[in-house]
Amino acid sequence: MSETLILTRRWGKPDSAALRTYRADGGYAALDKALGMEPAAIVDEVKKSNLRGRGGAGFATGLKWTFLPKDIRPRYLTVNADESEPGTFKDRYIIEHDPHMLIEGIAITCYALDIHLAYVYIRGEFARQARILEAAIAEARAAGVLGQRLLGKKDFDLDIFVHRGAGAYICGEESALLESLEGKKGYPRLKPPFPAVVGLWGKPTIINNVETIANVPWIVANGGDAFAGLGVGKSGGTRLFGVSGHVNRPGVFEKPVDYNLKKLIMEDCGGIPGGRKVKAVIPGGSSSPVLRGDEIDISLEFDAVKAAGSMSGSGGVIVFDDSTCMVRALARISKFYAEESCGQCTPCREGTSWMEGIVEKIEHGHGTAADVAKLEQIAGNIGGQTICALGDAASMPVQSFVKKFRDEFLRHVEERRCPFGDHGWGLDQSSRPALVGGVRY
Amino acid sequence: MTNPPLVGTAEELPREKVEHFDRDLAEVLRRYPPDRKAAAMLPALRIGQEIFGYLTPAVQRLAADRLGTSPARAEEVATFYVMFNTRPIGRHLVEVCTNVSCCLTGGDRLFEYLKHKYGVTNGGTSQDGRVTLREVECLGACGTAPAMLVDEEMYERLDPKKVEEILGRLE
Repeated sequence: MSETLILTRRWGKPDSAALRTYRADGGYAALDKALGMEPAAIVDEVKKSNLRGRGGAGFATGLKWTFLPKDIRPRYLTVNADESEPGTFKDRYIIEHDPHMLIEGIAITCYALDIHLAYVYIRGEFARQARILEAAIAEARAAGVLGQRLLGKKDFDLDIFVHRGAGAYICGEESALLESLEGKKGYPRLKPPFPAVVGLWGKPTIINNVETIANVPWIVANGGDAFAGLGVGKSGGTRLFGVSGHVNRPGVFEKPVDYNLKKLIMEDCGGIPGGRKVKAVIPGGSSSPVLRGDEIDISLEFDAVKAAGSMSGSGGVIVFDDSTCMVRALARISKFYAEESCGQCTPCREGTSWMEGIVEKIEHGHGTAADVAKLEQIAGNIGGQTICALGDAASMPVQSFVKKFRDEFLRHVEERRCPFGDHGWGLDQSSRPALVGGVRY
Repeated sequence: MTNPPLVGTAEELPREKVEHFDRDLAEVLRRYPPDRKAAAMLPALRIGQEIFGYLTPAVQRLAADRLGTSPARAEEVATFYVMFNTRPIGRHLVEVCTNVSCCLTGGDRLFEYLKHKYGVTNGGTSQDGRVTLREVECLGACGTAPAMLVDEEMYERLDPKKVEEILGRLE
């Protein structure tokens, strides 16, 4: 198991977001190396690296890049910084602590794929992060890193712009993101065609998550094989896991891709406040199926979590101790998807609101056993029936919460009230110091 | 039936503010290809909201007009995204996250506390017009929960005392 840090090694250093800090630490040397390589050779290194998308789907990055049609220009790169999946809070720290690592990754990716215009789509609520990133881009441009000649030596013009969203979870879905970037409401597009073929303004577009692109400089500097060697099987490199909820030390931890979930919670996060037990864990953002406390001794690698019946998704781990009401938690998650459904597809638009209403009804002691069954029925009729994955994202929590905590739902029905009373969110709801890539918050 | 009258035209907006809008918009338009001006709808409405307070039909028309697109496009965007206001709000906007990680660390109690403090329900504005309070979805601050935005600046690891300090500074 490796202790190599790729993404967090500069976090917390003085002026870590400044160009001179980045350069003093060897920054932009990978871009320099890349400019001496054939673009196709860079793509090959990324393929060899087994880098998988860090936004949630875990799709092979190098493979995605090869979907670009050969002869169509212009092509675009869009970096997805719409980090909005509840429980996910990692990309923002890459931007806050080390924006030049992201910019270098963008520059290398654009050079490798013959792209001359890149956008970073950042959620509107990240105003500070947008300012930091824009300042870093301006600094790189002023220093001649970007512009008409990359690093002042290679004739390759590249513009990178920040496009701020305005508050809509759905815009993290890649085709909704493109709609939003085109100045429209975020309605996901029918796929196929996929964005790599028909994307921004109808042109081939690669969309990658912030963390995904931030790995590219290391891959070019150290080789795809070295990156693959840090991981296991089809997953290369390290990953950022964000842990929140009922843990003594929440935060963001850079770990091997196959790190153990239980160890992450019990050791890195210092266990559960008050010595209470883990009741449930959401392993990869709020849409990933919930695991019971006795199911968390697993590897966090994408395929391993899938084998355990959930998803490693965005690496957002939410921990619930045994004083938490799972019905209340599901009611809040269901409210989120009902709020954020864009309204384009009927099963999702209507179904998410129904589910929210039924879970609320059960939580408040007005539900029946038939309601619990109805929840499962509705969820089963949304998943797979919609244009984008939000429908599935809304269904999976409902299905898994009911399946794994059915007794608790039925207890609400039988007792005609929430057995947890006013403490549904746990006996101890206080905020605790966080550890973000080794930096105390 | 006749169509309802079109309310609000860009011409009725104060000229000075429109000039301000145009200056800021010109800056933003450099980010998009010249034949793709409509892509700037989100930044254009953000600028409009900053300058005019909220997105009246007239402001929406101004944005649409400058970007060479239809007012319907401006309205579609203004009403889809939660950070755009099509109605007046208080002098300050306080947005509290009540999603899961925030509630596990006290976010819902904080929101309840603020509702009482300002005497409002979700989305309401205090009597003195100082604060509009809103419940919002996950802000991406789950490790440092609970979190809130005040006039779009994020504050994290909140407790009642810290919240009082932050809100006490508002005019």
